[in-house]
Amino acid sequence: MRSGPPATLLAWACAGASPPSGLGMRGGARPSGTGSASEREAPGLTGAARRVGARTGGGRGVVGPRRPAMGLLSDPVRRRALARLVLRLNAPLCVLSYVAGIAWFLALAFPPLTQRTYMSENAMGSTMVEEQFAGGDRARNFARDFAAHRRKSGALPVAWLERTMRSVGLEVYTQSFSRKLPFPDETHERYLVSGTNVYGILRGPRAASTESLVLTVPCSSDSTNSQAVGLLLALAAHFRGQIYWAKDIIFLVTDHDLLGTEAWLEAYHDVNVTGIQSSPLQGRAGAIQAAVALELSSDVITSLDVTVEGLNGQLPNLDLLNLFQTFCQKGGLLCTLQGKLQPQDWTSLDGPLQSLQTLLLMVLRQASGRPHGPHGLFLRYRVEALTLRGINSFRQYKYDLVAVGKALEGMFRKLNHLLERLHQSFFFYLLPALSRFVSIGLYMPAAGFLLLVLGLKALELWMRLHEAGAGPDEARGVPGPSLAAPPVQGVGLTSLVAPLLISQAMGLALYVLPVLGQHVAAQHFPVAEAEAVVLTLLAIYAAGLALPHNTHRVVSTQAPDRGWMALKLVALVYLALQLGCIALTNFSLGFLLAATMVPAAALAEPHGPRPLYAALLVLTSPAATLLGSLFLWRELQEVPLSLAEGWQLFLAALAQGVLEHYSYGALLFPLLALGLYPCWLLFWNVLFWK
Amino acid sequence: MAAAMPLALLVLLLLGPGGWSQAEPPRDTLREELVITPLPSGDVAATFQFRTRWDSELQRERASHYRLFPKALGQLIAKYSLRELHLSFTQGFWRTRYWGSPFLQAPSDTDHYFLRYAVLPREVVCTENLTPWKKLLPCSSKAGLSVLLKADRLFHTSYHSQAVHIRPICRNARCTRVSWELRQTLSVVFDAFVTGQGKKEWSLFRMFSRTLTEPCPLASESRVYVDITSYNQNNEPLEVSPPPTTTYQDVILGSRKTYAVYDLLDTALINSSRSLNLQLKWKRPPESEAPPVPFLHAQRYVSGYGLQKGELSTLLYNTHPYRAFPVLLLDTVPWYLRLYVHTLTITSKGKENKPSYIHYQPAQDRLQPHLLEMLIQLPASSVTKVSIQFERALLKWTEYTPDPNHGFYVSPSVLSALVPSVVAGTPVDWEESPLFSTLFPVSDGSSYFVRLYTEPLLVSLPTPDFSMPYNVICLTCTVVAVCYGSFYNLLTRTFHIEEPSTGGLAKRLANLIRRVRGVPPL
Repeated sequence: MRSGPPATLLAWACAGASPPSGLGMRGGARPSGTGSASEREAPGLTGAARRVGARTGGGRGVVGPRRPAMGLLSDPVRRRALARLVLRLNAPLCVLSYVAGIAWFLALAFPPLTQRTYMSENAMGSTMVEEQFAGGDRARNFARDFAAHRRKSGALPVAWLERTMRSVGLEVYTQSFSRKLPFPDETHERYLVSGTNVYGILRGPRAASTESLVLTVPCSSDSTNSQAVGLLLALAAHFRGQIYWAKDIIFLVTDHDLLGTEAWLEAYHDVNVTGIQSSPLQGRAGAIQAAVALELSSDVITSLDVTVEGLNGQLPNLDLLNLFQTFCQKGGLLCTLQGKLQPQDWTSLDGPLQSLQTLLLMVLRQASGRPHGPHGLFLRYRVEALTLRGINSFRQYKYDLVAVGKALEGMFRKLNHLLERLHQSFFFYLLPALSRFVSIGLYMPAAGFLLLVLGLKALELWMRLHEAGAGPDEARGVPGPSLAAPPVQGVGLTSLVAPLLISQAMGLALYVLPVLGQHVAAQHFPVAEAEAVVLTLLAIYAAGLALPHNTHRVVSTQAPDRGWMALKLVALVYLALQLGCIALTNFSLGFLLAATMVPAAALAEPHGPRPLYAALLVLTSPAATLLGSLFLWRELQEVPLSLAEGWQLFLAALAQGVLEHYSYGALLFPLLALGLYPCWLLFWNVLFWK
Repeated sequence: MAAAMPLALLVLLLLGPGGWSQAEPPRDTLREELVITPLPSGDVAATFQFRTRWDSELQRERASHYRLFPKALGQLIAKYSLRELHLSFTQGFWRTRYWGSPFLQAPSDTDHYFLRYAVLPREVVCTENLTPWKKLLPCSSKAGLSVLLKADRLFHTSYHSQAVHIRPICRNARCTRVSWELRQTLSVVFDAFVTGQGKKEWSLFRMFSRTLTEPCPLASESRVYVDITSYNQNNEPLEVSPPPTTTYQDVILGSRKTYAVYDLLDTALINSSRSLNLQLKWKRPPESEAPPVPFLHAQRYVSGYGLQKGELSTLLYNTHPYRAFPVLLLDTVPWYLRLYVHTLTITSKGKENKPSYIHYQPAQDRLQPHLLEMLIQLPASSVTKVSIQFERALLKWTEYTPDPNHGFYVSPSVLSALVPSVVAGTPVDWEESPLFSTLFPVSDGSSYFVRLYTEPLLVSLPTPDFSMPYNVICLTCTVVAVCYGSFYNLLTRTFHIEEPSTGGLAKRLANLIRRVRGVPPL
């Protein structure tokens, strides 16, 4: 009965805990040592043990003395069989698990896994609202005046906005802010940003400013959004004449689109997350319950597109989307999600295939972790929010501002009924269509299957490492601690420290250096700061591949196989942990990274067709995933990219990713630079282990 | 007196032993009046005050005959030796910055030894609170000013506050004999924007959908005052009709005011048209500029995000160009916000402001809220920020309200201050001056007393998902079963060293004997 060690390992692995890395080798080997020790100590113990045994009248199981404590809990023989099965069938199991994960994900677009959405919040579900907004002309006049004033002053016409908001009866305040971006933003053409937000508060007569709702319109130099401002003012005028408001309503016009929103939100909550300088707010209206952002670019629209994906993949409560959808249906508005119409026919294959496209688009958007509209920034403060965009395409039926205004009026009136914050419905979901959703319980298995591959692979390595150490022992079936212990103890930390440290240092350099060294780079090379940042980023990224991979030779003299196996084991566990955590908070990102990184991570080893593995690894590195996602994204939107365009977009996306980390606190860049890139480098290390 | 409380119930109870000398035969009077004030923002405030005064030693005499004074309250005073009582119900929030300082008088001469103070920020005020309040009036709502008190209009306002104040009044200088005064006040702010369809004109009919027809026959005084102070020096922007018979000038809240006075007991006033419908028209349309800001106003909010920590911040604005004045800030914070007192910071103009007096009484869980009282000097034209960090406590699961995701209310903080006047007033004898001056804070000439209430706060606490208990029960039961099973197994199992069976029957027998003798076996 010498099957203790493998059974122990399996017990650890099954419990979900990571096997203790590096040192684990010793832990794995210990049972044989401790077994003999306890044998030696046994005579001293026996008296007491026997007396206990006598008193309790004897237990059921009679256990041999060399068995470690863990082995008591289950039958070691059966576990050893299972371990052997895992070892022998590892490759097919991994393939099966991976295929199952991908298939499960693709199946999410099909009806048994997608459910119809339903309103969970009672306060919004059963009440009837009659929309009375009829200020279409007024909205157009406001929009025209706003556009004229904007053109005249060349900036947000703050004084005009203040005057107009006051004339419709709001309490008006302004907030000025300024922000120096870490490097010039070439997409939006801004670097030193200073602007002024204007907001008016409609005080609800029934309450004491404890709760509020927000209607916000982002304005910036490239998208004037004047129709949205016109509609906001017309709605404010209409809302002001009503007596039923139980919550205050804040009408917010932000300058420099999201930067203004971020400045306002930080000032409203009196925090400073991103280091923006702004004047304190003079007027507040309690806890914000929900927010709607509006972007319109023409007087008539053909459809209304709704965006839910927020900063770091946060989503608003599903009830808010349900509310929007209710009013789309009621007003007969054409509403789209990800720019895609809702499939009508779910019985044939077309519907699900179309919804699969929508689902993939949502996954790509959510994975990017960008705030896809001003609503994305509200979500950090636990304010449920979404962005509505008016689309004017070449369809025949058009809706004027009244139709949009009525939908907004209905939404605000229902939100006004809310007694509690939106909390009844889902916070984690995927949307294959506007009226269908996949809940967290149904989509998580897809990520789970993918991560299982890493687990299986790690298990296999662990057992192979043990066998390599205790192989003879296992084969002969007699105790032989002297054979196993000494070489095993040598593996451990020393040979792993160098690759781990080097790759983490690379990650740190990738995170810190581009922004820190932009001026140096711009001085010495003929590039602008923004380009310098992106190029430094790529240079450091590529330099990581060329690092010395033989540091272990210096510090360790053990069997070479054990070295890379230990390193790969650590890397696999590290990757699995990271992906698991990411998938819990932002499923899309976790799944996307798992789907690309897992196969290469599982395959990487210094034997076999090395160039093939290397190519696969490079193709599935985080940066390549980003590039691929861009192509997939445009493909799904039916605007395919050429290679050159794709590369330009890729460079722009890198710059945007870094900028968004600094200006809004998006976590994708640090996550990739400090977490996944070093982890990926470990696999690269494994591949070139000599 | 509850100047700025939203949906609030405020009780100031002073309980104490009674004990005054013998009184004269009871004599009671009722005086009623209405003050209409156009506010700086363009809204219109209407404040009713009904004052019943009874020269009776209620606590000594056990009076059985009640005339004007309501019996229900009289008995309350007699039975519980009540010294003073202030109770107000408020819906909405007095927006000091836009409406100016509130008109309601703070309780003076209070003896703090028996003080009880409570606020219920969640309480809803509605018609059923108004009806019993109206029944306390001698004329109910049949005649006099109270005909205007129509519930559906009064509750369609931006602010509604009704109150009952009972207090003893000394009848002579040495206070050997007292009378009891019952003051019922009701103030409403009409939203000129909604009721006037954007025009800032009003009339009694438009506001209350009633007009005044006759005075209350039981009242000894019944008057309507309309604030016609012209803010600009050049000309009078507004016009009142019918033209007032008399006007009255006084220094109110530190500035000089002019009032048009209508006496309902003056028979000529009502007889001419059988009803009195006061109207006010603006000669020039009032410009929609930012209204003048009062010298003292405040703002309170919760900062931070997430459900673990937060910060309570109060901004105190002193907009006076050159005078600094002290403010007494009283905060009661529920125990489930665990205040970190060491994080209390007070800054004015970027510098630390040391309060001259701090009283802090820590909370006790489920028993007593935090009480924090500070005397802070506000420098001239400054914003003072008082902030204190807190941690959100986890409640027991039965302690959550039925709607825990709504959030939990933190009652408003109370600011009391002596604000410098613009115009020096002359100290007046209250009994001689018009009754409405009791509505306004005490004025000693160079400054006037103001009590402000900040907005109440809504704080979300971490809440369990109450739909989860079933899942939680299943999960915990499984975990317990698995753990319990294996531990039980481990604990009850005995460990034997199994030795290869050596020795035959003889050895076993020998061992049996040795065991019986208590000697270790072979």
